[in-house]
Order: sequence, then C-alpha cells, then structure tokens
Amino acid sequence: MAVIDLTTEGRRMPPHDHDYDEAIVEARRVDPDSVITHIGAALAALSLTWLVYERLTPFSGALGFVFVWWAMFAVFVYVLARQQWGAVVALNHLVRVLVGSAAAVALIPLGSIIISVTARGWHGLQLSFLSNTLRTASTQSKFSGGGAWHSIVGSLEVVGLSMLISVPLGVLTAVYLNEIGGRMATPVRMLTDAMSAIPSIVAGLFIFAVLIQSHYLQQTGFSGALALSILMLPTVTRTAEVVLRLVPGGLREASLALGSTEWRTTRNVVLPTARTGLVTAVVLGVARVIGETAPLIVTMLGSRLFNGNPFTGKQDSLPLFIWTQKVTATGDNTVTASWMWSGAFVLLALVLVLFVIARMLGNRTVGARRG
Amino acid sequence: MRVVSTVRVSAADVRPLALADDVPIDIAVSRSTSDRVYRAVGYGAGASTLVLMALIGLFLVLRGADAIRYAGWGFFTETRWLPTPAGGAFGIAALLLGTFVIAVVALVFAVPIAVGTALFITEYAPRWLRKPLTSLVDLLAAVPSLIYGIWGAAILQPREVYVSRFLSDHFGWFPPFHTTSVTGSGPTNLADFSASGFLAGIVVALMILPICAAVMREVFAQAPAGEKEGALALGGTRWGVIRDVVLPFGKGGIIGGSMLGLGRALGETIAVALIVSRSTRVHDLLEVLKTGGNSIAATIARSWSEASGMATSALMAAGLVLFVVTLLVNAGAGFIVGRSRSGAATEI
Repeated sequence: MAVIDLTTEGRRMPPHDHDYDEAIVEARRVDPDSVITHIGAALAALSLTWLVYERLTPFSGALGFVFVWWAMFAVFVYVLARQQWGAVVALNHLVRVLVGSAAAVALIPLGSIIISVTARGWHGLQLSFLSNTLRTASTQSKFSGGGAWHSIVGSLEVVGLSMLISVPLGVLTAVYLNEIGGRMATPVRMLTDAMSAIPSIVAGLFIFAVLIQSHYLQQTGFSGALALSILMLPTVTRTAEVVLRLVPGGLREASLALGSTEWRTTRNVVLPTARTGLVTAVVLGVARVIGETAPLIVTMLGSRLFNGNPFTGKQDSLPLFIWTQKVTATGDNTVTASWMWSGAFVLLALVLVLFVIARMLGNRTVGARRG
Repeated sequence: MRVVSTVRVSAADVRPLALADDVPIDIAVSRSTSDRVYRAVGYGAGASTLVLMALIGLFLVLRGADAIRYAGWGFFTETRWLPTPAGGAFGIAALLLGTFVIAVVALVFAVPIAVGTALFITEYAPRWLRKPLTSLVDLLAAVPSLIYGIWGAAILQPREVYVSRFLSDHFGWFPPFHTTSVTGSGPTNLADFSASGFLAGIVVALMILPICAAVMREVFAQAPAGEKEGALALGGTRWGVIRDVVLPFGKGGIIGGSMLGLGRALGETIAVALIVSRSTRVHDLLEVLKTGGNSIAATIARSWSEASGMATSALMAAGLVLFVVTLLVNAGAGFIVGRSRSGAATEI
C-alpha cells in the first residue's frame, strides 16, 4: 500500500545534524608554550597552597585545599601569561580556565550523587528488598527482611495509569497544535508552557481540592496517578509537538493528494513516521514523573502493605517509600537509612535507564532532536 | 492542514484580475464524518489544557478562600504559620520571604555556572565533547528532587557547614553572611549552620542549572558566525569574541534563562523540605547561613499529613500564592526568551 511506502520513506530520511553547524572552523594547534605555562601554574599553585594552607594558616580539609589550589592556579595562569604575552592574551587564558571550571563544577555534583547513592544503596539491595514488603519488618533489626516490593508495584501502577491518561491526551494535543491548528493554538501552546512550570505540589493540591475533598475519590493510587498525569501532560505535548513538526510536509500533501482524509493522513502517515519520536516523548514523560514525591504526599497516603489495586485502599510508591523512611526515621536508625538508600538507588537506576533510552531513541530519529 | 472557512464565490466576484488582486480564493471544503470527529477530538484535547489550567486556579481559590477570608489582609502580612483546624494565626509573609531567599541563593550559584557551562559547550569544548556534555548537564535535570534532598542532607551538609562557618567568621561584615548563634548569645558553632536556607539554595541551584544552561546554550549557539569571524579577523582573542559578540547577542537568553530558573526554584518542594528546618522568624530567614530557612512548597509538603479543616484551607491558599507567583515569573521569562529569538528547546 502506498501509505506504508510513504512511512518507510519518511524514516529513511538522512538525520539532520544542525547542531552548531555554524561554529567557526578553527585550526586547533597545541601551543607548547601555553601547555608548559599551565603545567607550571598548576605546580606553583600546588606548592604555594600547601605552604599557605597547611603551614601558615590554621585551615584544614580537602575541599578548602582544592578550592585554594584552584584559585591560585587561575591567578598564576594570568600572571605567567601576562608576563609572556601581555594583558589581552592573559585575560583570554584566565577566562578559559574560569569557563572550563564552571563546566566541571556543574558535573561534580552529578558524579557525587550517583556514586554516593550507589555506595550507600548497594549493600542493602538484596533480593528480599525487591520481593518483601514492610508488613512484618521491624525497624530495629537488620534481619527482619523489610523490602520495597509493595512500593515498586505501586509506582509501576501509578505511573502506568498516568501514562494511560497523559499519553493519548498529550499526543492528541500535539496533533491539534500541529495538524489541525486554529485560533486556540497559541493560547494552548502558551498554557502548555505554563503548565510545565507549575510546582509539582500544586498539581497534588488541585487533585485533592477537586476530587478528594469533594469525596469523589479516596486517597488511592488512582488519585496519585491523576496528579502525576497533570505533570506528565505538558512534557508529552511539547516533545510530541516538536516531533510532529519535523515530519516533512510533502508526506502529508502526498497522502491528501491521493485522496486520504485528514484523519487517515494523521493516522497512517504522520503518526507512524514520527513513531520513534513519540516513544521518546512517552519516555521523557515517564522520567519526568517517576521520581515525583510532592504530589503523592498530598494525594496518596502511602502504606506498609502490599495493595495491588490502585482504585481502592492505601497504596505506596517508591518515592513515598523513600520519603517515609527519611521523615519518620528517628536518630541514626541504620535499618530505615538502609531502606532509604536502597530505595533511592532503585529509583535513580530507573531514571538513568529511562534517560539513556530517551537519548538513544532521540539520536536515532529525525524527529526527536531535543535541546 | 489549515483549511480556510467556506466562502461562496458568486458571478459578481469574478472579474478580470490585475496582479494586485492575485490573492488565493478560499475554497469550500466539505469534510467526511470521520474528519469532523477527528477535528472535534483534536479541539477537545487542545481545550483540555486550557480547561485544566483554569480549573487549577479556580479550585485553589475556592478551597483557599476560607483561610484568606478568615485571615483577611493579615494573610499577606502575618509572619507566623500556626494554623489549627479551627483557625489559628497564619500568614504567607515569612514563607514567601523564605521561598525567595532560597531562590535568590540558588540563582547566585546557578547563573554564573550556567553561563560558564553554556559558553564552554558552545565556544570552547571540542566538537566530539559537545553532545555528551550537553547530555550530562541535562541528566542533572532528570535526577529526582527527592534524591537531591537526601544527598544534600546526608552528603553535602557535613561539608557545607564548614564553608558556612568560614563565611560567617571572615565575611560576617557582609550583611547576608552575618550570623548569630541559635542560642541567641555567644559564638556560633557548627550546629548553627546546619539545615540552612543557604544549603537548600545550593541544592536547588543544581536542580535549576540544566534549564538555565539549556536556554543560554541555545541562544549562544545562534550568535552570528560572521560577526564572530569578523572579530577574530580583527585580531580579537576568543574572550574578545565572547565579550563583544556572544554575550551581547545572548543577553536576552541569559536573563530569560535565569528567570525560568527562578520560576523552577520557587516551586521546588521535596529537596527543600528535606533540608531546611522551617523557621518562620524573619530574622532567621534573612541570616541565610543559619539553621532555619523555609519555603511555601516545603511547608505544604511537611505539614500536609497533619492538617485538617482551616489548616488544609490555609495550605491551599499558600499553594494558590505559589501558583500565581510561579505563573507570573514564567510568563515574564517566556516573554524575554521569546524576544531573544530562542523559544525552542527549553525543556530537559
């Protein structure tokens, strides 16, 4: 069928690499003078820092040492470069050190988070943690076999339900914005942006105010799913819209010219062409909400027991599990701390996996390049 | 497919066309039933966003009305937050102040680092490093707030208190760093610096860094290559190019990105709730290094489970204030970013 050919054709489009195409092409020559200057500055700064920090002043601590070393290094680079090449070039070298440091500073916490959560969560992560609940677990004994099985199942159900709500609605909204259009499109786009910025706890308050205070619903997993779907909706809509915009107009026109209706064009040409990009939208939406805690505090009560039914009774979720261990822990209870870190490790691993999947899909398709 | 509305073309309209009259004629379109359903469903989905946003505002007003009526104008001036199921004394003033203090600390850290990161990615990094580096910065945005919170409290805090004490001891003459001990007299000790708004601000800075950096990166990358090459050809250094071409061009992106970050920082909930000790004394909130710190969102999260009656309504009213403030900040940011020719790709 012609339509199928069109879609395969669409997916065979060469990937656009519009990333920084306009960047200046520059002869990258390693200047030996410059390299030696930097090495010299680093060594001189190290020696001076050791002298000042360890001998002359009463400071201590590795963090302070590294910071002083870094500051001295920047000063030395500037001074040495100024002596050799003058003030203008020296300033250039100094700015390069500062800008490079900013990028490094941005990534150090990421490394610290991943390493510390893994280190502290790993040893508590036995099979029992993934298969038990807190039904009989005692916070006093390491061997009572508490686990987060009930929370993991709860999380999967809650996120799954919010997906069932947000994905169709978000994709349809994107279809409206991109394929149908009209006077309402601009306000919808603006409010989607506004919605992506509402504090997550406000989404929880809203569901509570509308459905729970009015006694339409109880504080169940389903209420939590509704709150999460409000947060997921703008992410799905915006990603899907970007993806649909990149479907070539020629495909739509070809389909319409062959006599398809608009609906058939959207269903058989536009959406299949953008399929991988739409999957990315879903993955990003899930990644957005899977770690959300604030709305669940308001709309779900949390539980120590297994409850497979999100529509009745209390239910737990992984973020709530971690939050509860953190908030209710008294003093230095090592058992709850171990549960907390193991839960955090599982959550972080889930998020990282989703992130990698989203990036891999994003790189593969025409439609999914994101900022 | 934008199809124009039906217009009847009568014989009187048909006349010899001059070139200036050469405008497209609207064509009458009749749609099949399936298309009418399709368009109606599409409109419905689009409208759902509008309706949802309106409903969120409406219901927060409805449920918060009790508390605002009870507290009157005092709701905006009272600093204590002691609502009881029957009433009590509560006002948003201290919470709002605390929210802004944390957001400002976050911006002070996040904006320079974001500008540096964005410049590094667009101007300095070798080509092969750009994409992975961008992904890693974006990954900061994917880490859940909850994990930032427990990391901040358990890993960062034991190290940060020394920095706070150092700043307080040596730079106490600078008003924000002036710190009095919790007991009210005597020298400060390390415990006086734990659970502070400063620590919360640092953690929030990490969380808003990716969105700030993403906006700035987009704008910096659009700096005209011709002007950059021109500056280099005139003998400018790389810093000269950045100072005279990239930064002036990207000013709107820097301001807009910072404001988007501010909007996110104001609404940050769980990380702040896990770190600060929630004081409502204005004095404590202004001394950022000291134990204390508070925010609207953190207060809602921490006191929700015990709230009932008027207390619930008070929290709803607090949520309404937060909702309105973040909407205003984000609308401003959207306006500025839009004007600086970069509206695209401001998400994760």
